[in-house]
Amino acid sequence: MEWEVVIGLEIHAQLATKSKIFSGASTAYGAEPNTQACAIDLGMPGVLPVLNEEAVRMAAKFGLAVGSRVSNRSVFARKNYFYPDLPKGYQISQFELPIVAGGRLEIQVEGEDARMIAITRAHLEEDAGKSLHEGFQGLTGVDLNRAGTPLLEIVSEPDMRSAKEAVAYMKKIHSLVQYLEICDGNMQEGSFRCDANVSIRPKGQEKLGTRSEIKNLNSFRFVERAINFEVERQIDVIEGGGEVVQETRLYDSDKDETRSMRSKEEAFDYRYFPDPDLLPIELDEAYIEAVRSMLPELPDEKKARFMAELGLAEYEASVLTASRELADYFEEAARIAGDDAKRTANWVMGDLLGALNKAGKEIADSPVSAALLGGMLQRINDHTISGKIAKQVFECMWNGEGNADSVIEAKGLKQMTDSGEIEIIIDEIIANNLGQLEQYRAGKDKLFGFFVGQVMKMTQGKANPAQVNELLKQKLA
Amino acid sequence: MHTKTIAQLSAALRSGEVSSVELTTLFLERIKQHNPALNCFISITETQALEAAVAADQRLKAGNGAPLTGVPIAHKDIFCTQDVKTTCGSRMLDNFIAPYESTCTASFRDAGAVMLGKTNMDEFAMGSSNETSYYGAVKNPWDQGRVPGGSSGGSVAAVAARLAPAATGTDTGGSIRQPAALCGLTGLKPTYGRVSRFGMIAFASSLDQAGPVTYNAEDAALMMNVMAGFDERDSTSVEREVPDYSANLDNGIKGLKIGLPKEYFGEGLDDNIARVIDAAVKEYEALGAVVTEISLPNTGLAVPIYYVVAPAECSTNLSRFDGVRFGHRCDDPQDLFDLYTRSRGEGFGAEVKRRIMIGTYVLSAGYYDAYYLKAQKIRRLISEDFHAAFEKVDVIMGPTAPGTAFKLGEKADDPVTMYLSDIYTIAVNMAGLPAVSIPAGFVDGLPVGLQVIGNYFDESRLLNVAHKYQQATDWHLQLPKEFQ
Amino acid sequence: MSVDQSDITKVALLARLKIDEADIPQYVDNLSNILGLVEQMSEVNTNDVMPMAHPLDAAQRLRADEVTETDQRDSFQALAPQVESGLYLVPKVIE
Repeated sequence: MEWEVVIGLEIHAQLATKSKIFSGASTAYGAEPNTQACAIDLGMPGVLPVLNEEAVRMAAKFGLAVGSRVSNRSVFARKNYFYPDLPKGYQISQFELPIVAGGRLEIQVEGEDARMIAITRAHLEEDAGKSLHEGFQGLTGVDLNRAGTPLLEIVSEPDMRSAKEAVAYMKKIHSLVQYLEICDGNMQEGSFRCDANVSIRPKGQEKLGTRSEIKNLNSFRFVERAINFEVERQIDVIEGGGEVVQETRLYDSDKDETRSMRSKEEAFDYRYFPDPDLLPIELDEAYIEAVRSMLPELPDEKKARFMAELGLAEYEASVLTASRELADYFEEAARIAGDDAKRTANWVMGDLLGALNKAGKEIADSPVSAALLGGMLQRINDHTISGKIAKQVFECMWNGEGNADSVIEAKGLKQMTDSGEIEIIIDEIIANNLGQLEQYRAGKDKLFGFFVGQVMKMTQGKANPAQVNELLKQKLA
Repeated sequence: MHTKTIAQLSAALRSGEVSSVELTTLFLERIKQHNPALNCFISITETQALEAAVAADQRLKAGNGAPLTGVPIAHKDIFCTQDVKTTCGSRMLDNFIAPYESTCTASFRDAGAVMLGKTNMDEFAMGSSNETSYYGAVKNPWDQGRVPGGSSGGSVAAVAARLAPAATGTDTGGSIRQPAALCGLTGLKPTYGRVSRFGMIAFASSLDQAGPVTYNAEDAALMMNVMAGFDERDSTSVEREVPDYSANLDNGIKGLKIGLPKEYFGEGLDDNIARVIDAAVKEYEALGAVVTEISLPNTGLAVPIYYVVAPAECSTNLSRFDGVRFGHRCDDPQDLFDLYTRSRGEGFGAEVKRRIMIGTYVLSAGYYDAYYLKAQKIRRLISEDFHAAFEKVDVIMGPTAPGTAFKLGEKADDPVTMYLSDIYTIAVNMAGLPAVSIPAGFVDGLPVGLQVIGNYFDESRLLNVAHKYQQATDWHLQLPKEFQ
Repeated sequence: MSVDQSDITKVALLARLKIDEADIPQYVDNLSNILGLVEQMSEVNTNDVMPMAHPLDAAQRLRADEVTETDQRDSFQALAPQVESGLYLVPKVIE
């Protein structure tokens, strides 16, 4: 039987506010346990939540960026369950009336057609604390610093049909929230994570299969592997004559498998109801328009502009707009380089990303800044150096030996453009290689390359290649 | 001195007739003498009180005293007070000392009022008799075989027995007005949102409201001048100017339109109480008020929906008491589940457990629409009844409670009968309106309260209406024999 | 509407309340009576009525995004039954 995979994602993005969603405690990551948990975060008796305006604005930004309706009225609800990292015994979330309703996002898997993924809703809620299971004999330690950190939970429709699509969608949201500056996107620190709802159905069948929910996936790689494992598992279950049960599963990255979180949820009944400590969020059109006017250029808009204005190919534009940092880097470098944005694109996508990848560095930590790279590209464009020499200059800049001009100066890498000088060298080479000259003239065209190589060798690559070609053609003829 | 109003005490303090230390000492002595019998106080804060009294005397001497500077008062043990135990009448919080102060008690502290102690109450304010307290029942100073009402029973009994000149209370379904009626005091429940709920341990968040328990309306105005106000730490606090509640007390009430809801005078009301209320209304007519009959057709539904809405909210408000970060934890928990269920099972009393279970039930899957949502809809109907009535009248009057103080234990085994003792007070919380209960007479030696309900934020008028009555009558001046 | 023993058990589980077996019949009784009182609601037609969650028709006020709280871990943890290394301790949570 041929199976179709159906995936929906619930992405949790921690909003990059300074203080918590309902209290004035700091959201900074990495503090000593419980030093950033105030009375409100701890669920102390009598204390009350007051909503952070920035969390609301960030959620609205996201809604507008995915073409959604930002709700004029949304309501906080309590989701009730007991867990040590949930101090109040309920999570303040949104249920019936979320702040963002509906939306969509186009994704592209390499080598496939672009697809539109529908976003069901995005709602504001508070994050829970963390349970630490190691280090206390038979006990669990609870750190509530994270409790009350604002989260935007972004829920997609079950529109994805492969793990690759799920990853493409998650990457796209990841990039978008960073473009919008509403989430730092740091997956190691848990700022951006997701739950995946996975089911399978016979190809052609409309009715959805029973799904399982894989919790707390915090890397793109894990999302892909967990989904692939889960799909295989479900196929095995069904083809073995069994039935998939609706349950929550946990992905174990060490064993590369998902496993059932047992049926502790049997007794789960969240008893959602409107939180009486909070009033409805009301946002009027003026507010929504003001947020809209603050939106930065979004990835798809930027991509289109890179293609139209800078003449980049679709693939290049896609790669360079995948993150706001990369796009900003590219634009800055291209601006300084002056002309030939395509050359800048090649350098950024080739040498720069290659070097970063090799060093395991992010664009933000690149030893070669956009200004440095742009300055070097300017020297290629004005023929001070050749593309080949530039690789050497780049390496020096990477090693912190200064900007392009100082490297060129210090190493004497300036391109030779005096044709008289080059002619002298060519004459010398011809004199030393009369046999090759004879063969070339006899029709062995390939030997032209040999002469070019010799010139470059003699000039240590500093001769202008175009000039060398032209002069050689004259001399060898 | 102990029979004086806080208005009189304030004047005496300012004139130097008495010092705050003297007054505080006097009331602390009275508490020591009578509390063992009445059980009004859970904590008596003698040391802090005397320190505060010394500071108040200095402030008075320096000439920058506020009206309540140096006046001793008592706080219901539902308000978190820094460095002083706050139990909420529960074993769960028997060891709880909040590192923060409620906005309400902080306002009194800043005004220079002296806290004598924290008063007994029904556990988590759930009760109408003060019998659900972990710290034992409070006795009614008018008859110690009877309940003082609840849940602010300790506050009310303390003021009625003159162990404190005034006290704070909270009112979720009648918890200030009903005990005030049963103990012959003036008890005001302000408009929802008028007094901050920050630091006040929540029972039912959309209904809870703090208010004063005093001898008379003039004192209630003085208390409200301190308590009322916007608080940015409470999202449900209302950003609206606070009037001087003392300013309009003496206004004439000629032409005041009083509505008498026919539903408040029907079945279930004790005849003797009805007669007292009729007489009070006649007194108002004599003062120039105009009386009309009105209808609040959904009155009978107030108690039923209250027992959906209040338990629903309390069931989740009380989830934070889980034995992890504060409060009671059971001994030797076997696992997490055992920790939760035993800590909560041991920490909460029977009434609290009942309400948590009812609330959990009405919110659970399959019942939400039939119970919770339905109740929220009827809540609107009840609220609209009042809106319509206030198109026609200025205030609504009726009995505060259907009977006088009942005997200890009389209704303790029958929750439903107990719940029906709040039949006239609950609708007011549902709508969020202000209402005051004032002494209006006696039946068999026990006080009877007249309830006056006002429109939103119309506390000034309520106090004016109450004050005019108290100038014409002396019911509020009666004292229980033992405490004269 | 009345409840039975299994309702009480289920609700007590959801609410994490330990109830003595012996007390269950009384809870059945109490809760059934209370629900009986509540039952009057079903006679009211509420078809076109908007639910009212709150007495005042107001909107949520928003707070500026500022860090206003300082570390008070020690005073909070002085209230806790069991802490170690700044963490609240509970019996092992099995995942």
